[in-house]
Amino acid sequence: MLRDITLGQYYQSDSVIHRLDPRVKLSGTIIFIISLFVVNNFIGYAIAGLFLAWVIKVSKVPFRFMVKGMKSIVMLLVITVVFNLFLTPGEAVVTVWKLKITKEGIEIAVKMAIRLVFLIIGSSVMTLTTTPNNLTDGLESLMKPFKIFHVPVHEVAMMMAIALRFIPILLEETDKIMKAQIARGADFESGNLVKKAKSLVPLLVPLFISAFRRANDLAMAMEARCYRGGEHRTKMKPLQYKKRDGLAYLTVFLYLAVCILGGRILPGLFMAP
Amino acid sequence: MSIILNHVNYVYDGDTEIPVKALDDVSLQIGDGEFIGLIGHTGSGKSTLVQHLNGLMKPTDGGVYYNGADIHDGDYDLKTLRSKVGLVFQYPEHQLFEVDVFSDVCFGPKNLGLSRKEAELRAFEALRLVGFPEELFYQSPFELSGGQKRRAAIAGVLAMKPEVLILDEPTAGLDPKGRDEILDQVKRLREETKMTVVLVSHSMEDVAKYVNRIIVMNRGKVMFDGVPKAVFAHYKELEEVGLAAPQVTYIMHALREKGFPVKAQATTIAEAKEEILRAFGLAGGIAD
Repeated sequence: MLRDITLGQYYQSDSVIHRLDPRVKLSGTIIFIISLFVVNNFIGYAIAGLFLAWVIKVSKVPFRFMVKGMKSIVMLLVITVVFNLFLTPGEAVVTVWKLKITKEGIEIAVKMAIRLVFLIIGSSVMTLTTTPNNLTDGLESLMKPFKIFHVPVHEVAMMMAIALRFIPILLEETDKIMKAQIARGADFESGNLVKKAKSLVPLLVPLFISAFRRANDLAMAMEARCYRGGEHRTKMKPLQYKKRDGLAYLTVFLYLAVCILGGRILPGLFMAP
Repeated sequence: MSIILNHVNYVYDGDTEIPVKALDDVSLQIGDGEFIGLIGHTGSGKSTLVQHLNGLMKPTDGGVYYNGADIHDGDYDLKTLRSKVGLVFQYPEHQLFEVDVFSDVCFGPKNLGLSRKEAELRAFEALRLVGFPEELFYQSPFELSGGQKRRAAIAGVLAMKPEVLILDEPTAGLDPKGRDEILDQVKRLREETKMTVVLVSHSMEDVAKYVNRIIVMNRGKVMFDGVPKAVFAHYKELEEVGLAAPQVTYIMHALREKGFPVKAQATTIAEAKEEILRAFGLAGGIAD
């Protein structure tokens, strides 16, 4: 039941996207997100959509995994769409009591929805094709410049790696404790809000205890192996750019150029008198 | 009273590139009052199997029947089933959450909708059944020793008065003394309550002494199913899948190979002693 959560979960497969350097994927994702906010017409979104579809196809991750990740933002999506729909001033199309849906409102709502969906799917592609370890390695390497400002880059990356690593472990643990309590007749589903909240106590108390126990064990294990933070620490598998990473960068920048061209400049030229 | 599994299959991660077949066409019948040892090494599907017995997991294919009723029928009351088929998970002490042991044991019966008084009576009885010392009843469960925690957790399931008790690796992580204590307690418990017990383990040695039927799982399939002697006769095949028969079995077989006229079926040390004495014509002739 809890296995359905995909956000931050890796999908094992063997594709070009999986083998790319994490730095490429991180920068690529950021560029993709930027592109979504640069373009503001439907040609631009079509280009972004096509690019995304192509990347998903190449990554060999089944599309339904991306859709699973969408479940978590359904509420956000609905709220965004509804607010934009009703609260944008302009030419009214439908009027319900004091609320009116405007033409501009529809346009903005649709655009926002597309942006949000693409944004989530785009970042899911990254997390689904990159192992948490690689991801944090990539982040650490990309954030290195911040060291000048005394940002503890290595420590932040390490904390993220541990947090990410613990997500599936704690999920599994939750599943196990839940089952154990269900076997003792616990009921997590029925009843009103107060009863439901109360029914979580037998789940949360053991979960917290186990989380603390695991954190303690991990700290001890790290200490036992003389871990002492980032200074002068070397890596067993340092990140190294390969030829395909260069090609990937090229592709991404090409995409950005096409996006700007199609989504900003071309329509302007045509519209211009 | 019986549990029947009819051609049960279970597949993990069926929608990814690497589906894992945890149960592969398992058909079993667990009769009333049996004492069963379910054995298999890690990943053989034994934990998955026991979770099917009380409806925590639903077979991908096949059916599970309790007293003749399909437990995955739409109107079947799973909550009642779970009180009848009590399942004690691996490391059950990790599920303890209440302020004291006694209230924790009350959790199960209270969930069944029993009155406070009835629930407390059952908790008392359950704690007594597992041999939990009375002076620790109102201690925080987190301040107990490993063995006591485990007893408290087992009592938490017993308090629901199940007809079938399933224990998933009840001795994992305990020292030899704690292990023997828990297993002896389970044996006494079974004699007192006459309930069906399924003991999941990866150690032959542990279960051989207690159970009267052994089911061996390997890669999601039932490999052997029978009385201990019959199963241990396959000790060579067991070894191939990473399990081992009790050590006396090896000794008896070795004796036989050297030409001593012993029968090789002994599974416990007591039996082996009798058999060896008998072979030398000294039965009952030597004191312990």
